[in-house]
Amino acid sequence: MTDTASPRNERARFELARFERPSAISFLGYALGLVIIFWCLAGAGFSLEKVASSPPRFADFAARAFPPNLDPQVLTRLGWKMVETLQIAVAGAVIGVILSVPVALLAAKGLIAGPLVNQIVRTGLSFIRAVPDIAWALVFVVAVGLGPFAGMLAIVIDTIGFCGRFFADDMEATDKGPAESLTATGARKLDVVACATIPGSLPAFISTSLFALEKAVRSSTILGLVGAGGIGIELKVGFDLFDYPTAMTVILMIAVVVIGIELVSGWARTKIIGEQR
Amino acid sequence: MRDTLSSTISSVTDLLLRSPAAPDVLTEQTGAAFAPVCSVEIEARALSKTFGATPIFSDVSFRLARGEATALVGANGTGKSTLLRCLMGLIPTSGGTVHLLGQQTDKATGRQMRNIRAQVGLVSQKHNLVPRLTVLSNVLHGLLGKHPGIRHWSHSLAPQFSRETAMQALERVGLADFAHRRADRLSGGQSQRVAIARAIVGAPKVLFADEPCASLDPSAGEDVMELFFQLVRDENVTVVFTSHNIEHALKYGDRLLGLAQGRIQLDATAASLSSADLRGLYD
Repeated sequence: MTDTASPRNERARFELARFERPSAISFLGYALGLVIIFWCLAGAGFSLEKVASSPPRFADFAARAFPPNLDPQVLTRLGWKMVETLQIAVAGAVIGVILSVPVALLAAKGLIAGPLVNQIVRTGLSFIRAVPDIAWALVFVVAVGLGPFAGMLAIVIDTIGFCGRFFADDMEATDKGPAESLTATGARKLDVVACATIPGSLPAFISTSLFALEKAVRSSTILGLVGAGGIGIELKVGFDLFDYPTAMTVILMIAVVVIGIELVSGWARTKIIGEQR
Repeated sequence: MRDTLSSTISSVTDLLLRSPAAPDVLTEQTGAAFAPVCSVEIEARALSKTFGATPIFSDVSFRLARGEATALVGANGTGKSTLLRCLMGLIPTSGGTVHLLGQQTDKATGRQMRNIRAQVGLVSQKHNLVPRLTVLSNVLHGLLGKHPGIRHWSHSLAPQFSRETAMQALERVGLADFAHRRADRLSGGQSQRVAIARAIVGAPKVLFADEPCASLDPSAGEDVMELFFQLVRDENVTVVFTSHNIEHALKYGDRLLGLAQGRIQLDATAASLSSADLRGLYD
C-alpha cells in the first residue's frame, strides 16, 4: 500500500496518462459550454442544408459578377468615392486620436484625475465602444444630415472609444521611473505627465493610432450603407440594382485600399517602434 | 546570521565608544539630549513602513545636518530605497514623521510639498531619463519644480536663461557636447551623468541618490560617484545615498546608517568604521 502511494509511482502514473481525468465540476463546466455553443448555433439559424446548397448560389453570383466593371467612367466615379472614403477615415482618425489624449489622461489611474473620474471616463469609453460604428453613423445622419460629415463624426467617436482606452492603458503601463524623478524635484502632475509619461508612451500611442487608422478605413467603407458618405453607397446601389460587376469592382477596390493601408501602417509601425531601443 | 549581526553591532559599538567621534554620534541617538551642532535638514522620528502586512522597517529615527553626506547601507530588502522614498514624501509612511527642510512632509499641502521638493534632487539606480527626448530637455526637466509650465517641457520652448543653466549643468558633468543627442543613444555612464545634471540643475539643498552606480561597471561607477560628490561637496549640499558598495559608503559618506532586520542597527561616522565592521550587515 505504501508502495502504490509513493511519489515515484504517482509520477509514473501521471506520465502514463495522456489526459488528466477532469473533476466533476470541470466536467459539468465542459458540458455547459457545449450546451451554450449548440444553443447559439440554433439561435443563429445554423443549417447544414443551407451550407450544402450555397456553393451553386455563390458560383452563380461569381459568374454574374465577373468580370468586374472596368468601364473608365465607372472607375473614375468609384475612384473619387474611394478618395472621399479615405478623407472621412483620415480626418476622423486624426481628430479622434487628438481628442483621445485628454480623455485618456482623465481615464488613466494615478495620473491627473482621481479614481472616481477615472471610473466615470472609462465607463463612458466602454459605452462608446459598445455601440457599433454603423450605429454612430445613423445617429450622426439624424444629427447633421446625410453625407460624409456624419461619417467623419462617427469615425471620430469610434476612434475616441478605441484610442482613449488604449492610450490610458499605455500610460498606466509606462515606466514610472522618469515620472518619479520629476516628481521628486517638485514638478506638477501636468508637467510630469507632459514631460515623462506621454513621451514614454509615445511609441505605444503611435502604434495604437496606426491601428485606429486601419480600423477607420475599414469602417468608412461601409458607412455609406446608411448614407454617411464614402464608397459604401455604391456597394449598396450595386447590389440593389443587381449590378454585380460594379459591386465586385467596389469590393475589390475596398480590399486593395484596406490591404494597402495595412501594409503602409505596418511599415510605419516597424520604422517608428523599431527605432526605440 | 543574527549572531553575526549582533557581534558586529557590539563590535561597532565598542569601536564607537573608543572613537573620538563616538560621543557626538551617541548623543544624537539619545534624542532628548540631542543638541543641534548645525541646522538639521532631514529628521526622521519613529518612522515605520509596512506593505500590506509585511513590515519593512520600524522605529527609524535620525537627524541629518546640512552638508552632511549620509550613506544608507544594508542588505537587499532591508528597505533602504523605501526609506529614501519616505524621506522624500514620494510614498506615505505607515507611522512616524519626516521633517524635510524644516517642513513636516505628511502635514504639507501639495503646493508646500512641491516647494520643498523644488529644493531636492534625486538620482536613481536606473538613470530614469526620458529616452526619446534630448539630453538638454531631460536636464531642463530638473527645473520644473522652480519653473513649472510648458516653457520647460522641451529645450525648443525653454527661455534662454534656463537653457544656459541646463548647459552649465551639462558642462559640469562633462557632457555639454551631447546636449542635442537623444537620451537613449547614451551609454550607461553617460546617462547617469545626465541624471546627475538633472538633479543638480536646480541647485538643490538636499540630494538623494538611490544606488547611483549599481547599474554601471566598476570603473564607470567609480567615475560617477567621484563626479557626484565632487559636485555636491563644494555646494554644501546634504546628501543621502544608498549603496551596496561598502568602499563607496566609507569613502563618500561622512556618516553611515545601517539597516538590518527592519531597524537602524548602525549609526556611526565613516571615519570610525572599517569595511570589516560593516560586513555583518550583509550576512
